[in-house]
Amino acid sequence: MTMTKRQLLMKKYVSSIALVFGLLVGGTSAMASEEGGLPSAGTNVNDQASLQRGAKLFFNYCVGCHSLKYARYARISEDLGLSEKEVMENLNFTGAKFGEPVISHMPEASGQQFFGKAPPDLSLEVRAKGADWVYGYLNAFYLDPSRPVGWNNTVFPNASMPNPLWELQGLQTAVMKADDKEAVEKLELTQPGKLTPVQFQQATRDLATFLEYVAEPAALQRQRYGIWVLLFLAGFTLLAYMLKKEYWKDVH
Amino acid sequence: MANVFSRIGDWVNERAPNMMPAYRKHMTEYYAPKNFNLWYYFGSLAIVVLVNQIVTGIFLTMNYKPSAAEAFASVEYIMRDVEWGWLIRYMHSTGASLFFVVVLLHMFRGLLYGSYHKPRELVWLLGMLIFLVLMAEAFMGYVLPWGNMSFWGAKVIISLFGTVPVIGNTLVEWIMGDFLPADATLNRFFALHVIALPLVLLLLVVLHIAALHEVGSNNPDGVEIKKGPKGNRWDANKPADGIPFHPYYSVKDLFGVGFFLTIAAFIIFFAPTFGGWFLEHDNFIPANNLVTPTHIKPVWYFTPFYAILRMIPSFFGTALWGVLGMFGAIAVLFVLPWIDAGKVRSIRYRGTGYKVALGLFVVSFLSLGAVGAGVVAELIPEWFGASADATFLENTFGRVMTLIYFGYFVFLWVYTHLGMEKTKPVPDRVVYDHD
Repeated sequence: MTMTKRQLLMKKYVSSIALVFGLLVGGTSAMASEEGGLPSAGTNVNDQASLQRGAKLFFNYCVGCHSLKYARYARISEDLGLSEKEVMENLNFTGAKFGEPVISHMPEASGQQFFGKAPPDLSLEVRAKGADWVYGYLNAFYLDPSRPVGWNNTVFPNASMPNPLWELQGLQTAVMKADDKEAVEKLELTQPGKLTPVQFQQATRDLATFLEYVAEPAALQRQRYGIWVLLFLAGFTLLAYMLKKEYWKDVH
Repeated sequence: MANVFSRIGDWVNERAPNMMPAYRKHMTEYYAPKNFNLWYYFGSLAIVVLVNQIVTGIFLTMNYKPSAAEAFASVEYIMRDVEWGWLIRYMHSTGASLFFVVVLLHMFRGLLYGSYHKPRELVWLLGMLIFLVLMAEAFMGYVLPWGNMSFWGAKVIISLFGTVPVIGNTLVEWIMGDFLPADATLNRFFALHVIALPLVLLLLVVLHIAALHEVGSNNPDGVEIKKGPKGNRWDANKPADGIPFHPYYSVKDLFGVGFFLTIAAFIIFFAPTFGGWFLEHDNFIPANNLVTPTHIKPVWYFTPFYAILRMIPSFFGTALWGVLGMFGAIAVLFVLPWIDAGKVRSIRYRGTGYKVALGLFVVSFLSLGAVGAGVVAELIPEWFGASADATFLENTFGRVMTLIYFGYFVFLWVYTHLGMEKTKPVPDRVVYDHD
């Protein structure tokens, strides 16, 4: 079958759009994978069940020290598909009102005193460091008696934070390299926790997913609307192209 | 209805008889060469982005707070609590980067087809002024979210003025209004970003287009259509190879705008940080004068010039040379019309030497961008092993590229002023193969 000139041009147009998009997607994913040897967290903010599990973990294990000062309970309820009652009874342990942001009870001064540095607000943690970092960090705690609180971390060496999830994960200890007693070769689970290693990885993935959502709640909206915007613009571009062809017929 | 419109038209014409001719002069009776190619979309796209920046910028100022205590939180408020605030902000931040994409391609078009040659030097100069103001505008806009990269970027860039002999330190304090980038700095940058520089930018854009319409557009063949045969379907005295901007180029640009917006929408909705290139990771951490980011680097569009700054070493006890090099890299573009004395405009008919030199110039510009963004420093251990002397290799590479960047202009002067260029015959009229 031979193609007319118009069909050939259309093919050229479609393939050039495909090329530009390929470059964009390829480029961004290549950049995203450049984060430096961390395991992939495999988060998906559109997985509502994962978000709900992650929220539960956050409000049970994290909010004691860490705030999410830019996230409101009401917004979390709306975006995670939870009723006001569910949120206020199961997630809100600080006595905040439904429309208020998530603020930890720990006063900054006590945090400073307990850990040497006040626990940071985690609203934008994933935007600043990436979900892979958060996931890797939560899996990288090990016992280290030389540290003030008895814990260390391979992803964030000499972090001042103890492992808040040790009951779930169990206790890890470090195996040092044979040729370098200062460098950690790998971590070993020496005392099992309530969860199996696979379950714990899923739990920390859920937590990273929740923090990824908290860092950018708009991600849920933009991905939903984005498809329609692109379809509209592609249609508009096609019409504009046909209009141009029509007008330019008489240019010789 | 038509009657009403024509009566309004008559009413206006009676009172302002030159208004409609102005519309005709710039739209329906502006005769542009008919052989524009892909490179000629970027001018109209730059206008589209400019309008986008102004409109989204107005809406951002409705909720942004220009104070060091509130700026960061107000941006998050826009992202979370303002209806469609996230879309407006991403349109603005993506628009900033795409502004540079289209403007750089638009400028490169000028190099390809010699659009800066006589009689279009004024168009080029006004365009270069736009580029300069745009960089100041983008730099100040980048400071406004008051993230940690905003703070440290501002500190590094403003400190450059400290290398000015004698008055340097005073100058730095005068610009910042404090001893560090602080509330006063943020407040004045806001004023400059939202009103002072946009006004200058708009004025320059109007002048740039007015100057262009005085002399007429160049084209991919670099042939002057006004010197060719006269008479087209619309006017017996206008160039035969010209077609009215409206409707021909208005519909063609409409297609270009659609294509461009599709790409922009993909970024806005699916990759708004563009992997940390359009919105940097460290800028999601509030400004903190006690915590330095691991790598302080400017946004991608400043990286080639930043690399030149870093690559030129200090000597005679001052770092002034790097600063001069950085500003010189922009200044030399202003005088390009007088450096290039080539007899032929378009790359299609220029000598091989010019083609090779322009190719190398592009390579040097992109390489300097990679150096400035820290990409080269990251790649060196990967390519040459962890034991490689990364500083030495990066400096060598960056300095060679800096030499090539400036070498382009030296070569071009010698090549054209000493008559070494062997050009190809230029056709009498534009080449247009319609499809």
